[in-house]
Amino acid sequence: MGTDIKGAMNRRTFLKAAGVASTSLALGGCQIPSGDDLKALVQSHFAEMSPDEIKAVRQRLLRQYKKKYGRDFVLGTEQPIPDVLFAYGLDLSRCIGCRRCVYACVEENNQSRRPQIQWIRVLLLKKGTMNLEESDHYYDAGLMPREGYYTIPVQCQQCENPPCVKVCPTRATWQDDDGIVVVDYDWCIGCRYCMAACPYWARRFNYAEPEIPIDEMNPNLHYLGNRPRMRGVVEKCTFCVQRTRKGRYPACVEVCPVGARKFGNILDPESEISKVIENQRVFRLKEELNTQPRFYYFFSI
Amino acid sequence: MQIVLHFLGQVTQRLLKGPRIYYAWVSFLLVFIGLGIWAYGVQYTSGLAVTGMTDQVSWGLYIGNFTFLVGVAAAAVLLIIPAYIYDFGPIKEITILGEILAISALLMCMLFVTVDLGHPQRMWHLLPIIGTPNFPDSLLGWDILILNGYLFINVAISTYLLTTIYLGKKEVKWLYMPLVLLSIPWALGIHTVTAYLYNGISARPFWNTAILVPRFLASAFCSGPALSIICFQLIRKFTRFQVKDEALFKIAEMVCIAMGINILFLGAEVFKELYTDSWHVAPLIYLFTGLHGHVALVKWIWTAVAFNFIGFLLFLFPTTKRNYVTLNLGCVLIVIGVWIEKGMGFVIPGFIPTPLGEIFEYTPQTPEVLICIGIWCAGFLFYTLALKIAIPIETGEMRALGVPPTAAHGDEPQKSGIKTGIKDGWAST
Repeated sequence: MGTDIKGAMNRRTFLKAAGVASTSLALGGCQIPSGDDLKALVQSHFAEMSPDEIKAVRQRLLRQYKKKYGRDFVLGTEQPIPDVLFAYGLDLSRCIGCRRCVYACVEENNQSRRPQIQWIRVLLLKKGTMNLEESDHYYDAGLMPREGYYTIPVQCQQCENPPCVKVCPTRATWQDDDGIVVVDYDWCIGCRYCMAACPYWARRFNYAEPEIPIDEMNPNLHYLGNRPRMRGVVEKCTFCVQRTRKGRYPACVEVCPVGARKFGNILDPESEISKVIENQRVFRLKEELNTQPRFYYFFSI
Repeated sequence: MQIVLHFLGQVTQRLLKGPRIYYAWVSFLLVFIGLGIWAYGVQYTSGLAVTGMTDQVSWGLYIGNFTFLVGVAAAAVLLIIPAYIYDFGPIKEITILGEILAISALLMCMLFVTVDLGHPQRMWHLLPIIGTPNFPDSLLGWDILILNGYLFINVAISTYLLTTIYLGKKEVKWLYMPLVLLSIPWALGIHTVTAYLYNGISARPFWNTAILVPRFLASAFCSGPALSIICFQLIRKFTRFQVKDEALFKIAEMVCIAMGINILFLGAEVFKELYTDSWHVAPLIYLFTGLHGHVALVKWIWTAVAFNFIGFLLFLFPTTKRNYVTLNLGCVLIVIGVWIEKGMGFVIPGFIPTPLGEIFEYTPQTPEVLICIGIWCAGFLFYTLALKIAIPIETGEMRALGVPPTAAHGDEPQKSGIKTGIKDGWAST
């Protein structure tokens, strides 16, 4: 049934696109790229840019965003804070499966509304098992909490040994010193090898031009985080790099109504996350794969 | 300079002239290439959303075809070994034919990878110095390197041999033989690395199996030679180039052995997964029987199993192997069987269920099917046109200015297997 609906949708988008393509061909081929588009095409890898280049790229992006969305943005390029290594804790005995984290993440990180992209997936599981293959991804959050069931939210696990980074053929995704795995959306060629390699299904691809209502856009951006993406690139959770590198909590931590989400610097023994690891019996998903997630689950009760 | 102009004149004449069936074939290919280009235009302007691919199944027909064609490219050159051992005819000529098939398959591979990219205009990021190739960590980096190296070797050998024959010169063995010898392990290498692309991924238990490399090689040794048997028959029908019957039967024998091994490997994999019966068995169950009512691939894989098995039996019995109707039927069945096994039957189930246990099926959409057909037609077009030049050079019909047209080049006439009688065909017109 699901495939039929999708098939019909795709036929519709195909026909629409076919119309657009034929029209643009009839009008004399592709539209002429602007100077800023050409600059984007020849720009360097983010990690190899000089401060001057970064400045120029920021100005170009802000110009393009202004043109496209008709509003101003703040675009940061903050580097990792020295002596900070981020980690995450999730208290499964508190999680009620309300999906508020999912929607807060969508808004904070300017994820496409159509097609719908969500970085967090909440799995509904019967008590007594942790077999993810028996999980329900499409449960009704309005009926939660449900007797006999519990929920596991899953997002990028920010692995210490990330398979996605290893397989990327262009180094467009890498791990920064604070442990966050980021993507340079202007460097990704869209081969989607990282999506095949991720054991946590944490990566999403922009199959179409992302659509976000302009008044719902978060204007506080980071180059490696929530800046608007283009079609044809991969994106993922960055622990809200635009917030956390300025000392704030990720949006999902802030919004969680039951305080199930913990976040902090594991190099600081007094941080909340260090206390969680010290005092709780934490576990990580799929430890047998040796990905070493910096995302710790635990049951406080 | 005069030689070059003369050559270009000959090439133009040969490419433009041919019997009616040649024009029909080329027009047919051009129509589908045109459709493919149009469909790619649609995909390029609106994104990969026009394909059936999703976040759940993020690779589809494109990568499936790519995987299949790497096998064809590898096997085409590996035919040199039996061609040498069993004396199929002039080894040099057979080598050139195999290499042209390999080059055509490689071109298709590159097109398939390119159309799969979200940002093909950023492909230069893969290059050293101006880009940032993730070498040696990324197997995709290795694959690009080894496939391009393979393309280079094959282009170098075939260009060198054809040029010397064309100019009526004696080829210098130590100049090209090392490359021919290198191309054989390299052919194994391209398919091995392509298998590594998949089997190095712990996230996908269906791919994460050591038997993948031998399985890939075994199935490549089925589809590549089966395709070659058909191509050789067409070549000898339409040109003066001759391949002995016995050679075709020997290739069929080889396909039979390879298919036996392929079926054995598949069986080993199926047993291990089913008997272990861990979580990891889900993609295999999904593939062969369907999972929780999702059965999209079941009919495909059983078709492949049936085709491969029937092909195996047809090539096993001498009577059916030596009958051209059953031989060709077997070839077609095996090519289709392996194509399904490596595409729909291998790439897709790797994604189902997802690492988080979701079952989301993949259905190819019209644009991607058109793009696939277009790329196949482009490959066939390249193969046809390349043969249209290469074969007359090999048979001595096309020579450089001042070189006698029938001059043999070192081979005894009977050993070279070239018929003296004029036949109407693509190359002789």
